[in-house]
Amino acid sequence: MATRHQKTLARLMVAPSVLLLLGWMIVPLAMTLWFSFQSYNLLSPGMEQFIGWTNYKYFLSDPAFWTAMRNTLLLVGGVLVITVGGGILLALLLDQPMFGQGIVRILVIAPFFIMPTVSALVWKNMFMNPVNGLFAWIAKAIGAQPIDFLAQYPLLSVVLIVAWQWLPFATLILLTALQSLDSEQMEAAEMDGAGAFAKFTHLILPHLSRAITVVILIETIFLLSVFAEILVTTNGGPGYASTNLTYLVYSQALLQYDVGGASAGGIVAVILANIVAVFLMRMIGKTLE
Amino acid sequence: MARKISDTRRWGFTILAWGVALLIFFPILWTILTSFKSEADAIASPPKFLFFDWTTENYAEVQSRSPYFRHFLNSVIISVGSTLLGLLIAIPAAWSMAFQPAKRTKDLLMWMLSTKMMPAAGVLIPMYLLFRNWGLLDTRFGITVVLMLINLPIITWMLYTYFREIPSEILEAARMDGASLKNEILHVLTPMAVPGIASTLLLNVILAWNEAFWTLNLTTSQAAPLTTFIASYSSPEGLFYAKLSAASTMAIAPILILGWFSQKQLVRGLTFGAVK
Amino acid sequence: MGSITLQQVRKSFGDVEVIPGVDLEINDGEFVVFVGPSGCGKSTLLRLIAGLEDVTSGRVVIDGQDMTQAPPSRRKLAMVFQSYALYPHMSVRKNIAFPLKMAGMAADEQERRVQHAAGILNLTDYLDRRPGQLSGGQRQRVAIGRAIVREPSAFLFDEPLSNLDAALRVNMRVEISELHKKLATTMVYVTHDQVEAMTMADKIVVLRAGRVEQVGSPLELYRSPANRFVAGFIGSPNMNFIEGEAAAAMGAHAIGVRPEHFAMSTTGGQFAGTVGVAEHLGSDTFLHIELDGGIPIVARAAGEFPVGHGDRIWLTPQDGRVYRFDQQGLAL
Repeated sequence: MATRHQKTLARLMVAPSVLLLLGWMIVPLAMTLWFSFQSYNLLSPGMEQFIGWTNYKYFLSDPAFWTAMRNTLLLVGGVLVITVGGGILLALLLDQPMFGQGIVRILVIAPFFIMPTVSALVWKNMFMNPVNGLFAWIAKAIGAQPIDFLAQYPLLSVVLIVAWQWLPFATLILLTALQSLDSEQMEAAEMDGAGAFAKFTHLILPHLSRAITVVILIETIFLLSVFAEILVTTNGGPGYASTNLTYLVYSQALLQYDVGGASAGGIVAVILANIVAVFLMRMIGKTLE
Repeated sequence: MARKISDTRRWGFTILAWGVALLIFFPILWTILTSFKSEADAIASPPKFLFFDWTTENYAEVQSRSPYFRHFLNSVIISVGSTLLGLLIAIPAAWSMAFQPAKRTKDLLMWMLSTKMMPAAGVLIPMYLLFRNWGLLDTRFGITVVLMLINLPIITWMLYTYFREIPSEILEAARMDGASLKNEILHVLTPMAVPGIASTLLLNVILAWNEAFWTLNLTTSQAAPLTTFIASYSSPEGLFYAKLSAASTMAIAPILILGWFSQKQLVRGLTFGAVK
Repeated sequence: MGSITLQQVRKSFGDVEVIPGVDLEINDGEFVVFVGPSGCGKSTLLRLIAGLEDVTSGRVVIDGQDMTQAPPSRRKLAMVFQSYALYPHMSVRKNIAFPLKMAGMAADEQERRVQHAAGILNLTDYLDRRPGQLSGGQRQRVAIGRAIVREPSAFLFDEPLSNLDAALRVNMRVEISELHKKLATTMVYVTHDQVEAMTMADKIVVLRAGRVEQVGSPLELYRSPANRFVAGFIGSPNMNFIEGEAAAAMGAHAIGVRPEHFAMSTTGGQFAGTVGVAEHLGSDTFLHIELDGGIPIVARAAGEFPVGHGDRIWLTPQDGRVYRFDQQGLAL
């Protein structure tokens, strides 16, 4: 409800951000789409030509693509399972009466603020390194053979590093949701004779379901684009063992200079992300009601 | 709730929670500790936790041997710059969407958010080529604009959720009290909006500081922020744990402190108001 | 000076016509109450006068000047909002002084006026507090203080008492009435509560679906409602309506009798019925009665009237207190 004069002003004020985002979204995306139908290699400039679906055929038939697909799903799924499961347990723990709750919260949330390149380097060298890492020392101390994590279990290692970064996010959001649970409801359940487990499954979990959905969707958006952690730790290797879709597109374009093929991969990534996005938007859209 | 909690219960939870929290925090703690060791102590076996010769020479060395300070400054300029630029564009937009909602305001907001979900891989190539052609590769200006664009939807959304909590009756009251648009914004809206703007600023500086896709791909040396600088330590010749730790500690310390201040706002900011 | 004239004022939001065209004359110094059920357009009408909404067509004339296109700040009107709309970041003093500051008044004159208003409203001890530290009634007073300091040509009140508890509401009602007597400034007051309308107004404007149903003094509306809607809305408890044979016998589609206009007897009368619930208040007795035809009736007896659940009772309307309405609900 407003006067006419204000409405015009309102449009003018929204315009810059809309135009900027429109440009940011449409121009590069259109170019990617265009390149994906071109034979275009940075090493042979001037040879660009339209080749139809060829890039897609090559990209989709490349075993590296399917490996990357599988790795992307494993990475996203693995991190989600660890962070949501761990997040619920941690949130329940942090919600209990204790001394120094504030400090505990601060310690738990800390990994979220660490820049990805730092956490990847720290984990790679100081923990997972088979000679000087702490894990190697622990293995030796108990008389076991040190494991070369990044060479033997590259994807699992990346999953662990990324999960460590995102566990605080899940914990914090679930804890916030948990604290909004009506204490009278819990007391009513107790009066009705519900035990701790019954309270968890019948009250707490349904109450958290919305927050859990939000965590899953938002993490998925970010996890589909994990990049720095792979670049710093494994460079996608050995072979393609820890290459995800984002990293594959990067290496195809900026390491192999195959702009056309990489663009086809980029479009595939966009389609994948859109499927997730649709669900996320519905969730957030409901909060606007 | 006035129920008495037994001391044993409370101590039990305290020990358990502190144990888990320290475990999660340990990699950071270990990095900070290592940054004060000599290189020999840093890779000693068995590892030395607290009893080593504490030294600050790593910090001195990182700063003297590498242009550390330039990268730090780049990080500050890029993260603060992109956030301020974003606020400049987003504040009017969020203001009008919160107070003059039109029929399509909701759709518009959702669309803005959807741009955030476009995977970076989908637009990396054209952005790289455009930047190369326009001479923007490895420039502070170029990376600042990109980070502003990727965070613009979040900034707009956060501001919108904060502004929406300001009752429009208060702005109408100001109008009835004879305030011009300028005075309405200056004396009523701004003081009420400052807390929301501050937390938006804080969270987005953190996000921009830690952004590690576009900074890694679009900067190399001159404009490189700390994300790119730290990544350069991954090459074998950079493998000095103590110095790596010192550089890392300096890179994460400012943002860790900012982050602790903003943890209350973090949740609603990152969930677009879906969880409060 | 504060006369307000609305000439064929229309307002629509998109395709929805909220105010189909209102003509209204508000004289200087009058206390006018807009009353009607929620959604009747009374608040919108007030906001059109305030200038917070654009009129779709028609004219708003204030003090003889056409203010249809003027922004709110130029209309010399003060408004008290339902939520009070106090500025949370300013002290009470600054809240009250804000319109004066906007008018560019000298600081000492601002302070003098704030003190004066605070004196009238019993706020002197609270001037340095923030609105968040005040009770509901005190906030209400601050909102009124902010309105009176600038000596506007008219006050607009948008359901100002609806957020207060019942006891406080009665007090504030009296205070606002006294304030009106003291200031003798035009007041336009919106409420959905007909008791507020009856007790405070010089002139009541009854609205339904954006249309003015009737304009008049409280007793005019009580005594001669123009139609069934006004008859049912004004007066508490509501007027009873009886349709069918009894109405037809009096040459009407429906007849209406107020609860206080029945003579009651336990032996005989015009309408026979059974007492459902009897509310004995001491000063009054309210009886919820079901007539033999199944029609529910509420009747009021002054003082004590010893009947209870299930008792037989006979009702006879007082002479000249029976209202007759036609098919369209218009008074005959």
